[in-house]
Amino acid sequence: MKSLRFAPAALSAVVLLVLTSLMLGIRMESEGTSLIVTSADSETLALIAAGALVVFLFQLFRSGIDNSLSGVKSVIPSVSPDKLLSMTKGKSTRTTLICFAVAALMIWPFMVSRGAVDLATLALIYVMLGLGLNIVVGLAGLLDLGYVGFYAVGAYSYALLNQYFGLDFWSSLVMGGMLAAFFGFILGFPVLRLRGDYLAIVTLGFGEIIRILLNNWTALTGGPNGISQIPKPTLFGLEFGRRAKEEGNVPFHEYFGIAYSSEYKVIFLYILAVLLVILTLFVINRLLRMPIGRAWEALREDDIACRSLGLNPTAIKLSAFTIGAGFAGFAGTFFAARQGFISPESFTFIESAIILAIVVLGGMGSQLGVILAAVIMTVLPEFAREFQEYRMLMFGLMMVCMMVWRPEGLLPMKRPHIKTKKTRSEPDDEVTATPVAGGA
Amino acid sequence: MSECLLEASDLTMRFGGLLAVDQMSLKIMPGEIVSMIGPNGAGKTTVFNCLTGFYKATSGNIRFKGQSIEGLPGFKIARLGVIRTFQNVRLFKGMTALENLLVAQHRKLNTGLLAGLFKTPDFRKSEAEAIAKAEFWLEKVGLTEFANREAGNLAYGQQRRLEIARCMVTNPELLMLDEPAAGLNPNETAELDELISDLRRDHGVTVLLIEHDMKLVMDISDRIYVINQGRPLTSGTPDEVRNHPEVIKAYLGES
Repeated sequence: MKSLRFAPAALSAVVLLVLTSLMLGIRMESEGTSLIVTSADSETLALIAAGALVVFLFQLFRSGIDNSLSGVKSVIPSVSPDKLLSMTKGKSTRTTLICFAVAALMIWPFMVSRGAVDLATLALIYVMLGLGLNIVVGLAGLLDLGYVGFYAVGAYSYALLNQYFGLDFWSSLVMGGMLAAFFGFILGFPVLRLRGDYLAIVTLGFGEIIRILLNNWTALTGGPNGISQIPKPTLFGLEFGRRAKEEGNVPFHEYFGIAYSSEYKVIFLYILAVLLVILTLFVINRLLRMPIGRAWEALREDDIACRSLGLNPTAIKLSAFTIGAGFAGFAGTFFAARQGFISPESFTFIESAIILAIVVLGGMGSQLGVILAAVIMTVLPEFAREFQEYRMLMFGLMMVCMMVWRPEGLLPMKRPHIKTKKTRSEPDDEVTATPVAGGA
Repeated sequence: MSECLLEASDLTMRFGGLLAVDQMSLKIMPGEIVSMIGPNGAGKTTVFNCLTGFYKATSGNIRFKGQSIEGLPGFKIARLGVIRTFQNVRLFKGMTALENLLVAQHRKLNTGLLAGLFKTPDFRKSEAEAIAKAEFWLEKVGLTEFANREAGNLAYGQQRRLEIARCMVTNPELLMLDEPAAGLNPNETAELDELISDLRRDHGVTVLLIEHDMKLVMDISDRIYVINQGRPLTSGTPDEVRNHPEVIKAYLGES
């Protein structure tokens, strides 16, 4: 029978058997100086056998299962981004919608618990990181696996500038962004002639170098102990602690004559994060409509054509890399201020992977998608606390499901097109007059 | 010799053991339409790639307006005004026709970051000018109706014309067309013929052309270079080339 594929099914089962019995079925124990190989208990062996049977049966009836799954695929509801966009078509409705959304975001923290606001702030940091990486990966098409390195540069520049020079949050925010952008520029300069996988590997290495450097340069960065007591941001010089740390300063609650509450600080941080995200969104939206945004897209589509038109591919890639790194720097500075404590442990490769996952999950180049994905990626783990150990498993499963059902991301990109008014009607409505010369 | 627009001498390109172009020399005067013809695999496109900096020639000299350009990266040669099209159309397929023409003007636009962020009057003006220029060229190649359509969704002939328009918005001095008539029907080829002569007459561009369509070549060329197996076979006016025994032999085989 053709639909029951016996040989491949048996082969997969055997492969599974060999692999699992080596990895799970055999155990090495040290006794004195020698290693002794012992087989695992019978329960494990039974589980392995059961697993092999499942794989065998699945492969055997695979075509049938696939068919029934494809039925599921069409059943799964999907929000069409076109629909979402058409709802926000008119410019005035769009502005009103945005105003409402911002107002809701601002009022919301006063009505919920402190924990929720704190979590939302974290989500917003990831939104910022996701949007920044989206410039590099989604718009310019450069796979950057070391994005967390720039995040670390931002965080550490605030911590160190504050520790050594006493700079406050606001000036450090600018400095952190600029320093991270500078690092992006320096790194991008030599590596951007590489493409695709090679670029990914080099950036991966760069991210690790930054982390290891921070970990080992104990004299400057405190090594694995990190830097603590990083001051929180201030509102025009007003602090949010119970007592002012600096002499002569008045804390926020005293200045306004209200009772002290630790919630003010959390809400202030949250609102600050919202403002930073709005700023990021504004900048990216402008960039998309600027010549540089068009050049990124053109370069992603065809870099040979770009070169033939006199565009310097390296310079264009470099601009994307630098701007993306700058946003990571902003996010990093904010992160350091929010945590009050940073250590190299916060900037491991897994962070880069999560940020990249946010971009891919949301849909490359899509800003709304990235925001949605960042919220999902930070909020879901909180709800699924009990499944802590299975977090990575669920994460992987989610990715696989997404690749099957929505390979372009949750909300695929809809780029703003520049339109000319000279066209009389939408060409799709009329009969195409020119014959398609495909077969000629 | 300074009046030459483009001059290549002893151009040789070797890929490992394969001699793709052998001692090719070529001269193009301002305002000329020059064609390169030859059987498939003769090395015409390789010559193009060497001239435009996409390949680095193994040896030889290339001068554009008296300035040596060999070894320069492709985008720098393009900035000097040597703009080419490709044998297999290379448009930015996901972008609209209009945007394709805007990308081509990138160099001339106001690309300042702050200017763009705050939409300064300067920035708006340069964008408006770019759009006006793009609209002019869309009109010229008959694509005004399709300005807002994604380039990848245009018919093949339209894509070809859009690619030429995309070159023209950069104000090139030398336009290099690699088989512009490939895949076009006779009507479209006739339109192309008119368009190319028009470009020279009204916009002062010099054209270097690779083409297999002999009618088009004989019709518009001032001079023709014939290449066979990487070697220059002969050159001359269409009439000289048409009656040259070697050319007939290369094309039709030995009789």
